[in-house]
Amino acid sequence: MTTSSAISVNDLDKAFRLYRERNQSLKSIVVRRRKSVFEEFLALNDVSIEVPWGTTFALLGDNGSGKSTLLKCIARILNPTRGDVVVRGKLAALLELGSGFHPELSGRDNIYLNGAILGLTKRDLDARLDDIIEFSGVEHFIDQPIKTYSSGMYVRLGFSVAINVEPEILLVDEVLAVGDAAFQDKCLEKFSAFRAAGRTVVLVTHGMGAARQLCDQGAWLDHGRLMAQGTATSIVTSYLEAVYAHENTGNDCGWHVDDVRVVQDGLAPRIEPDRPFSIQVDLGRYAPGGDAVISVAVMTTAGVVVADVESPTTTAPEASTLRAVVDLAGMSLAPGRYEVRVSVSPVGQQVRADHRTVHAEFEVGAAGTGGAAILAPPASWTVTSAR
Amino acid sequence: MFRERLADPDSGWALLGVLSRREIRTKYRGTVLGNLWSLLNPLAAMVIYTLVFSFLLRVTPDPGDPSGIDVFAVWLLAGLLPWNFFSNAMSAGMGSLLGNEGLLKKVFFPRWVLVGSQTVSWFVTFLIELLVLVVVLLIVGGRPLVFIPFVLVLAVLLAVMAHGWAMGLSIGLVYFRDLQYLLGIVLQIWFFLTTIVYPPSVVAKAIASTEAGHHDILGHTPPIRLFYELNPMQHFVDAFRNLLYDNRLPTLTEWAWCAGFAIGYLAIGYLIFRRFSPTIVEEL
Repeated sequence: MTTSSAISVNDLDKAFRLYRERNQSLKSIVVRRRKSVFEEFLALNDVSIEVPWGTTFALLGDNGSGKSTLLKCIARILNPTRGDVVVRGKLAALLELGSGFHPELSGRDNIYLNGAILGLTKRDLDARLDDIIEFSGVEHFIDQPIKTYSSGMYVRLGFSVAINVEPEILLVDEVLAVGDAAFQDKCLEKFSAFRAAGRTVVLVTHGMGAARQLCDQGAWLDHGRLMAQGTATSIVTSYLEAVYAHENTGNDCGWHVDDVRVVQDGLAPRIEPDRPFSIQVDLGRYAPGGDAVISVAVMTTAGVVVADVESPTTTAPEASTLRAVVDLAGMSLAPGRYEVRVSVSPVGQQVRADHRTVHAEFEVGAAGTGGAAILAPPASWTVTSAR
Repeated sequence: MFRERLADPDSGWALLGVLSRREIRTKYRGTVLGNLWSLLNPLAAMVIYTLVFSFLLRVTPDPGDPSGIDVFAVWLLAGLLPWNFFSNAMSAGMGSLLGNEGLLKKVFFPRWVLVGSQTVSWFVTFLIELLVLVVVLLIVGGRPLVFIPFVLVLAVLLAVMAHGWAMGLSIGLVYFRDLQYLLGIVLQIWFFLTTIVYPPSVVAKAIASTEAGHHDILGHTPPIRLFYELNPMQHFVDAFRNLLYDNRLPTLTEWAWCAGFAIGYLAIGYLIFRRFSPTIVEEL
């Protein structure tokens, strides 16, 4: 039964010691003459998970629920206190990008160094070197010491090495959100190819949209306990139900904002000024509910609301997902960075900034341009002599 | 077979090579003199010790037998270089787990490689220093060339011992941070308890006079002989001096001492490391 699984986690406990008084020096041992005082804290409590071959597996849960600890146990970085983990295949973990980069060495040398730490031989790396360099997009600086790299370049190079390890099983801890928009697209593409090749991915994420779209299986952890395991959609739904149950909203519409994108001639995190653009909102249903209103606000990064529009009442009791697109014309936004805030709420209820409010950033005009003004209306000047 | 094992990423041997190269290449990065420092350090020590012990304190070791070399600086280096290697490899290896905390917490790889890369990189430095010493020996009239294979075997034994100590201490340091300061003091005492800057004849005299009852510490006869017998570095320093300064083979007993210490301490270090290394990530 278990042989069909890429990863089997059996009755796993992981306890950490929380030291109240810790003997970490000889003096404290000599003076106090007793053992350290500590409490045991169960970060993982009797967790059993089967990750089938070829699935993309989402690990959901609040901060501190034990997701990363579980990932580290699977990656053999942490030793289980009880139970065991069986991994059937070559595994790589993207817990941190660029682990083991040495600042004084060149990018090229660091590829070999980082690759070796991730388990690649020199011959593997020779074969993949060009791919790695090309994918990272730092060709021009590859022979410079890595301490001269910007943080973006550093992370991109780290990701390139890690993704080119080409393991059978990949553990990802929310590192996909690196680099600029173009690089993120490349990463997602690589990631899809990885899934298409039938490899297994375990993904820790807080993005419900990502979980629903990228993953087919999932598990949900809460305070170290496994709450549910099953298809990604059902896990997302039960997780959100639990999250919203805390809020006690009473009158509930049952929708959740999965994803927000800014669209101008296709998906674009950067738009041109003086032209219309749209905001595309993907909703997912987590519970049966009534009519809903979607509200979309465009704000400056400082929080000044520039525009706030509300959808007509949406009734779709049967649908499990919805896509709403709102076209915004005549905004005349000045170059700079902006934010979209999207929320969905039952009809007649005050919109609140809570769990179901999703933010997305976008940029108007060329990067780095922009001044203090919010609006840049198409201005036409006429200057004449007063006489 | 062995090649396959070297190429297997899980065994860590391939990674050991890469990490050792990183250590060697970055040790003196950013300094004007670069790798020259690895030669300047022992040369500076040689000049200082020669001034103090040869000119001021009039320490005169016996000439090499049968080489006939009678140069204090060469005699000193033959003992000082092995000592420096041992103490450097041990100190650096001890700090290698604590110093790579970020790496240990984020990636899985065979942990011993971190300690091993320190041993290897200092070993390379040691070999370069030995090479310089061999050149100097040729200039002052020694015949070191035929002894080079034996020197290499002895150097490997010393490296094995240093690695064993470093593995044990690297685990210890994770639990007791005091060790790094404590080790500094212990190494100083150890240095002067080994016949590096003074000749063995001094010790022989001390042993003779204590055994005749002329010296005591608070009414006890200090077991000087036992102490020197059980000091592993004493045996290594003697063996290196036999080979390089005297130009003769150490006795079989001496070889046995050195090999025994190397294997024994490696075993102890390995056992400590195997017992504790899976759980150190939580303690870092």
